[in-house]
Amino acid sequence: MSTSIRRCFFILMLCIGLVSLPSRAQISNVVEVEQSLVGKDYALKSEAIVWLAQSGDDNARFVFEKLMQGNVYFHKKTKQIVYASKVEKGASLPFLFSDETIVVNKKRDFKKVGVNNQLRSELRTQLASLDLYSDDASTRFDAAKNLLSNASLEHQALIQDVIKQESDAKVRDVLALALAIIDLRGSDEGAQRAAIERISDSKRPEALQALNLAKQELSDPELLILIDKSIADYQASQKRYAMVETLYFGLSLGSVLVLAGIGLAITFGVMGVINMAHGELIMLGAYTTYVLQQLMPNNLGASLLISIPIAFMVSAIVGIIIERLVIRHLYNRPLETLLATFGISLILQQAVRSVFSPLNRSVATPEFMSGMFEVNPMLSLTNSRLYILLFCMIVFVLLVLILKKTALGLQVRAVSQNREMAKAMGVRSERVDAMTFGLGSGIAGVAGVALSQLTNVGPNMGQAYIIDSFMVVVFGGVGNLWGTLVAGLSLGIFNKMLEPWVGAVLSKILVLVFIILFIQKRPRGLFPQKGRAVES
Amino acid sequence: MLNILRQDRGGKILLAILMIAIVLVPFLNLALPSEHPLHVQTYTVTLMGKYLCYALLALAVDLVWGFLGILSLGHAAFFALGGYAMGMYLMRQIGSRGVYGDPVLPDFMVFLNWQELPWFWQGFDQFWFAALMVVLIPGLLAFVFGYFAFRSRVSGVYLSIITQAMTYALLLSFFRNEMGFGGNNGLTDFKDILGYSLQSDQTRIALFVASCAALIGGYLICRAIVASRLGRLSVAIRDAESRTRFIGYRVDTVKLWIFVISAMLAGVAGALYVPQVGIINPGEFAPINSIEVVVWVALGGRATLFGAVAGAVIVNYAKSWFTVELPEVWLFFLGALFVLSTLYLPKGIVGLVKSKSSTMTSNSKDEESTAQISEAKA
Repeated sequence: MSTSIRRCFFILMLCIGLVSLPSRAQISNVVEVEQSLVGKDYALKSEAIVWLAQSGDDNARFVFEKLMQGNVYFHKKTKQIVYASKVEKGASLPFLFSDETIVVNKKRDFKKVGVNNQLRSELRTQLASLDLYSDDASTRFDAAKNLLSNASLEHQALIQDVIKQESDAKVRDVLALALAIIDLRGSDEGAQRAAIERISDSKRPEALQALNLAKQELSDPELLILIDKSIADYQASQKRYAMVETLYFGLSLGSVLVLAGIGLAITFGVMGVINMAHGELIMLGAYTTYVLQQLMPNNLGASLLISIPIAFMVSAIVGIIIERLVIRHLYNRPLETLLATFGISLILQQAVRSVFSPLNRSVATPEFMSGMFEVNPMLSLTNSRLYILLFCMIVFVLLVLILKKTALGLQVRAVSQNREMAKAMGVRSERVDAMTFGLGSGIAGVAGVALSQLTNVGPNMGQAYIIDSFMVVVFGGVGNLWGTLVAGLSLGIFNKMLEPWVGAVLSKILVLVFIILFIQKRPRGLFPQKGRAVES
Repeated sequence: MLNILRQDRGGKILLAILMIAIVLVPFLNLALPSEHPLHVQTYTVTLMGKYLCYALLALAVDLVWGFLGILSLGHAAFFALGGYAMGMYLMRQIGSRGVYGDPVLPDFMVFLNWQELPWFWQGFDQFWFAALMVVLIPGLLAFVFGYFAFRSRVSGVYLSIITQAMTYALLLSFFRNEMGFGGNNGLTDFKDILGYSLQSDQTRIALFVASCAALIGGYLICRAIVASRLGRLSVAIRDAESRTRFIGYRVDTVKLWIFVISAMLAGVAGALYVPQVGIINPGEFAPINSIEVVVWVALGGRATLFGAVAGAVIVNYAKSWFTVELPEVWLFFLGALFVLSTLYLPKGIVGLVKSKSSTMTSNSKDEESTAQISEAKA
């Protein structure tokens, strides 16, 4: 039913559009345009403008803009048209239709080219249409958006014409909304009804604006009910997308937490080493990114990609050195390890401060990572966070594969479950310890590469992540990579869900309190390890 | 009373030093003219007072870590809470001498456009009330926290991490202006305490004496606990928690009470610290502070009490010296201290001194007690 009405209406409008097309008999060249502009016949002027617009003249836009501004004058005798913001004696004024200039002898010789309201609206339409036919999609999009705010019946034919050949879905969406808004402002009740429906399908903010405006203007109770319903629908979907956005922010924060924590899940979870220098290993990765970017400033994307393996190597090597020099002597004394590694973290911090200065460094984001990914007008996702989410998943999967499918992974698991037995089976447990610690540290370095894209890189950045990392690992259950993943993501989402209610700081506090309480209930985390090894 | 010190030679030495200091330092500061070579400057007295507060905090940490096996990474939170309670009293003492001249509201509240004093600031104009809060608030927090944590048998590394989470959460909350504790800037600009100006030499000496006395009192309390049945039980819990529980002792209760007492001691330390440094801000809650305290204890010698005091004074003296002379090197030094003391001095400086002296005189009793500790798993 509604589609048939809509179709009838469409045809009707098309007819009106055709009828209103000017007869081009009188204007056929630029000279005639000039003549008509100088004259007093506004219908003729309007035709001249239409002709100029359709002629494809490069100058047309400029002429229209000057006319809109009311800055066009003509010489009373010679009928030459010039443009100027003000006519003053002695000034040389440029011609509108050629490159020459004319010097003003008497101010009285010049008169303004008359423009009335009707002509102005014609000019607006023509300017919009020039943009709407542009080759550049973003120009078309801007023009279409401009139309939304002042859409009126006169644009209808134009929009209908443009929408037929529009290839870009976003622009088409805006244009369709513009058409619906025009219909809503019309007087045909059936068309209005259909228009309300079409408007409420749109997710653009202008749709709500148009509906609210119509609510004030219209008086038909049936239509008003319909409008109220669409406004409610619109707001409901707004809320839905806000939820999706919060979820996305939460996942994004969660992926950062997982990235920061997953290296710790190896060193702390699998090896049982409390590595307080973990945050500083992340920091080293971030600084590696910074240094590589300084070395190749013209190739941001490449430097970022290269940073990943190099940061892994840097942090892994530092990690192995730490393991060999310090941690090796402290196995079975977890609390002493905590203190010793904390000392190392202080040394690393100060080292970075001495080498790179205590100031924060910012790492530039390569182009492919900046910007937004617009799902629809109500929901757009930041690209950098999308990449980090993706990156986090890749790192996680790789880590799981390493632990499950490689010989090293097998040995790591064997040593963590029963060191003596593994040794008896010929596993070189010392080497495995070093490699495991190197792996965990390397992952921290890789996390640093990702974090450098989100925050400033500074000597204190490790401190910011160490507590979060521990929370994630402990919450997830020590020695369980999947637990870390679930814990990180859910803490991230939980945090972002609370944020709109209580603010960023308080939501963080609440998360901490939640973890403290949770640990009381389940001291071994979400996914506790089972078996006899746990008790010792 | 001296019973509890019978086997504690280090403690006797420490107490003797403190007693002498209580008498000598005020004399050297007040009685001698400033040109005299032995004159002690007021600045130095305050600095020493600060070290004594740190020492009391270290003592509190040693009580739970050394004798109970709980590595608390959140003791600075109790210290800071005690400090805030004292700071609130000092804030109220300012009265109308603040920048805005409000007779009741502290400056930051006027600045934030608050109309009246929040309920939790009531009563802090009375010293006795503030003094009560100095021990009650940290004690209460420790009680609630410990009650839940020990009852659910959270132990070891997990406990350490949630204590850290606790102090971190407090850090974040005290940073918020809405909390009503001065936010980022904390409480400062104190004028006087009990009617005496904080700037005068006499008050500073009095604060030093009070810190000394508090440390002596704290030491005796800790020593009394350690030497009692409760102390022996706590060592048993530290060394074999499950076994102690199976024998029939209420492990949770023992842990809880010692933890609460330790938190109260830390609160007192904080309360004495604040008037001497003149400021308390949320930075005191920083997790690094708590970890630093643990290192003082580790360096001095865990489970010796007097070792903790020695460690606190030595490290903080080094800190004062380095941050003035070689600020770049301080963190390297502190970091190296962490690493080396855990690697090579598992029994701390006290252990080092003892092993030296025992080879000469073979003091069997002391040896026995430290040997026990070294076997204890953390």
